[in-house]
Amino acid sequence: MSSELIRQDDVTIRFAGDSGDGMQLTGTQFTETTAKVGNDLATFPDYPSEIRAPVGTRAGVSVYQIHFSSRDIYTPGDAPSVLVAMNPAALITNYKDLQPGSIILANTGAFTEKDLKKAELDSNPLTDGTLSGFRVIQEDINARTVQALAETSLGKKDVLRCKNFYTLGMMYWLFSRPIEPTLEWLNVKFAKKPELADANARALKAGYNYAELLRLFQGRYEVPKVENVPKGFYRNVMGNEALAIGLAAGAQLAGLKAFLGSYPITPATDILQYMSLMKNYDVVTCQMEDEIAGVCTAIGASFAGRLGMTTTSGPGLALKTEAIGLAVITELPLVIVDVQRAGPSTGLPTKVEQADLLQSMFGRNSEAPLPVLSCATPADAFECAVEACRIATQYMTPVILLSDNYIANGAEPWKLPDMDKLEKFPVKFVTDPEGFSPYKRDDKLARGWAKPGTPGLAHRIGGLEKDSLTGNVSHDPDNHQVMVDLRLAKVNGVADSIPTPELNGAESGELLVVAWGSTYGASRAAVERLQRDGVAATHMHMRHLRPFPHGLADIFRKFKRIIVPELNMGQLAFVLQSEYPEFRFEKYNKVKGKPFQARELKAHFEKILDLEVKS
Amino acid sequence: MSDVQQLKAKDFKSNQEVRWCPGCGDYSIISSVQSVLAELGRDKDNVVMVSGIGCSSRFPYYMDTYGFHSIHGRANAIATGVKVANPDLETWVITGDGDGLSIGGNHMIHSLRRNVNLKIILFNNEIYGLTKGQYSPTTPQGQKTKTSPFGSVDAPFNPLQLALGAGATFVARTLDVRPKHMKAVLKAAAEHKGAAFVEVWQNCVIFNDGCFKEWSEKKVRDDQTVDLVAGQPMIFGSEKEKGLKAEGCHIQVVPAAEASIWDPTVDSAGPAFLMSQLDKDPSMPKPFGVYRAVEAPTLEGLVHDQISEVTAKRGVGKLKDLIYTSDSWEVE
Repeated sequence: MSSELIRQDDVTIRFAGDSGDGMQLTGTQFTETTAKVGNDLATFPDYPSEIRAPVGTRAGVSVYQIHFSSRDIYTPGDAPSVLVAMNPAALITNYKDLQPGSIILANTGAFTEKDLKKAELDSNPLTDGTLSGFRVIQEDINARTVQALAETSLGKKDVLRCKNFYTLGMMYWLFSRPIEPTLEWLNVKFAKKPELADANARALKAGYNYAELLRLFQGRYEVPKVENVPKGFYRNVMGNEALAIGLAAGAQLAGLKAFLGSYPITPATDILQYMSLMKNYDVVTCQMEDEIAGVCTAIGASFAGRLGMTTTSGPGLALKTEAIGLAVITELPLVIVDVQRAGPSTGLPTKVEQADLLQSMFGRNSEAPLPVLSCATPADAFECAVEACRIATQYMTPVILLSDNYIANGAEPWKLPDMDKLEKFPVKFVTDPEGFSPYKRDDKLARGWAKPGTPGLAHRIGGLEKDSLTGNVSHDPDNHQVMVDLRLAKVNGVADSIPTPELNGAESGELLVVAWGSTYGASRAAVERLQRDGVAATHMHMRHLRPFPHGLADIFRKFKRIIVPELNMGQLAFVLQSEYPEFRFEKYNKVKGKPFQARELKAHFEKILDLEVKS
Repeated sequence: MSDVQQLKAKDFKSNQEVRWCPGCGDYSIISSVQSVLAELGRDKDNVVMVSGIGCSSRFPYYMDTYGFHSIHGRANAIATGVKVANPDLETWVITGDGDGLSIGGNHMIHSLRRNVNLKIILFNNEIYGLTKGQYSPTTPQGQKTKTSPFGSVDAPFNPLQLALGAGATFVARTLDVRPKHMKAVLKAAAEHKGAAFVEVWQNCVIFNDGCFKEWSEKKVRDDQTVDLVAGQPMIFGSEKEKGLKAEGCHIQVVPAAEASIWDPTVDSAGPAFLMSQLDKDPSMPKPFGVYRAVEAPTLEGLVHDQISEVTAKRGVGKLKDLIYTSDSWEVE
């Protein structure tokens, strides 16, 4: 029996296993190889907040989903058509998300009575009819891996740890991917432990050959590469990494040295880790004793003439609040990155949510406005980080850049920018004592930045209100009004330097979908599907959230309905409604720690449009 | 300007009106700092004063140097950022017992353990002054204050022990009414290469008047205090007739001739800790001066050394290298 080569333009695979099964690594390798094949892709890792929840339990299931395609895509896929389930818990918690008729590869080596019990199952879902309607491939991957590695010197425990590469090999065959990129990666990764490189390579090849020889699957799939991809260099990038690179680049484009003061917090920690590798880029990183010290060192560094930055997640942002107010009143540049996670409090630390928007905009004592922006995708995080550095230094203000768990750990191909062509925004420090005053402003209302060590410019700044001209402490009532107005006008003035959002779709129509942050992908994909169905829908993504760009009202008035899908209870909609009361902003909200699916949004948009037609 | 002229103490005064209460111990501290900076020939454009919140924290406004009056408890963290960002800046931290040991206690111990080259002056008046008289982490147990009308039940910190426990490389104590002593201590702190923690006992005339009078008033001072001077015997008394002798873990009062020699540079923090224990014993004099002064690498030195080492090994990084990694590919 020969297996048929089936062309598919769009595939979503989900790897699911125990936290210790190496599913994130398997997924990442599949992703790297798929990117090199030339597919567009998007990924979504989903893992428990415990590093090792009890083995085999539902709580310990770690998932990595990849969506790859022969055309441009915006999301990690709605319903997978392939599920790799390394144990019963992985199977039972994931199979319901599959498309009908999907392939399930189950590792029967981990389906003993004991395994079923750990997954709280009374009967075996592989045999009790649970999976009717799916194409289930049952293989004892544990045993196959042991067999394949019989000739190695590794102990059984180490041998079994290679089962994820055996599985990866099977998936490479099924989707016609080359195994060479992973073999090369293994040689680099385990350069100092060649026995591990060898064992994993053997497992990978064995899985690939086994799938081919035994024709485990009914067919083999081919997902052609994307045609007409713009020329240039590409690489896969995860959101946190792109952000770290963007922050380093932003500081250099400002002509400054970067200083990151931070504290480990999921899911932002990677940024600190990446930047701590950048020593030869003159990046200083300080892992401080707490979140407050993280932001305070960054403020001190900015005062001293570096570009201060701090990275955190929602709970950390709450702790930094008072210090950010200090950066507002002292008018020092500061970039604050909030990689949002589900809350409140500790909430769901490894799950996605975008509910820190109002905290970012208003979460400080008194009138403390600052610019807020958000990134849409892993690659977009680079541009947004540079943009945050530009605004912070050009306007002498703290800036909050919102990312989230989904962007942070998701990956996509990134068309690498030509570094020499990126626009520079060099900072000009004040050096002339003639007529110097610490609160003297330029035409953008930014005060001058005079760094300590500059002769003749000794001055004091601080958290007490300052005289608008001399910068001395002032308790004058009128002066306070002037300063509050000035700080607000300065932040509002940022709107003069940002573009009106581009529209994906016609300039007018039945429905405008306004998205921000990581809801970009699902919103855009849903709208494009509606457009293909002939619906007059348009998608608009908002990178800048405070101040809003100019020209929004002119866009809004050309649509019959405006809807704002958000992974919160309606925060952007709330602000838009207050700024633009002449329009009505409908909400669509979800807070389940999971991203929107394009089909879910499309279904909702269809529902509300149908209601409109009926009434 | 032609030749650089050595500045005088008054050159370090800003044009701002000083607004501490008349008789406040802060006045003597600021003038000592101004004198020390002048004596050491410091350039005011190269000095940064960082403070938190509290009466003492207004200090930077009154100094004609670079200054940052920040938020409650965070001076050490902000100063760490300043110093690491630009190690050439001489950076001082001005804080109090509430600011530096209560709300800012965490940053205090961590800046000491990291040995950031900061000159930290802790103004200790055993009370919250700016909020008008509540007990602080150094207020003695039993003291009646506005928030402890029946006596404070909180056990206080000994600031010196906290600093020693945090691994401070320089620990000293002085008194607001002894400007000469204070200048000597501040000078030693300024010249120390590393974090220098100086506790200043300072009277609050309004909310805690006389809190240190048992050790500050001239008539009792000689018998109730002992000056620790490196390489000198630990002697005290109006005629310098008494001395302290250390034997094992015990300190006893002996005739001056039998007094032990004080050495703050020993590797172990043990002797300094032992001296700080005298605070608990009302029959013993309280030690002033430099408790500990040992050398250790500074945080900012280590940070920048590491940057130099990695840069020497890998070359100056170009942004392009950060982005165009080995796993990138070209679409033609």
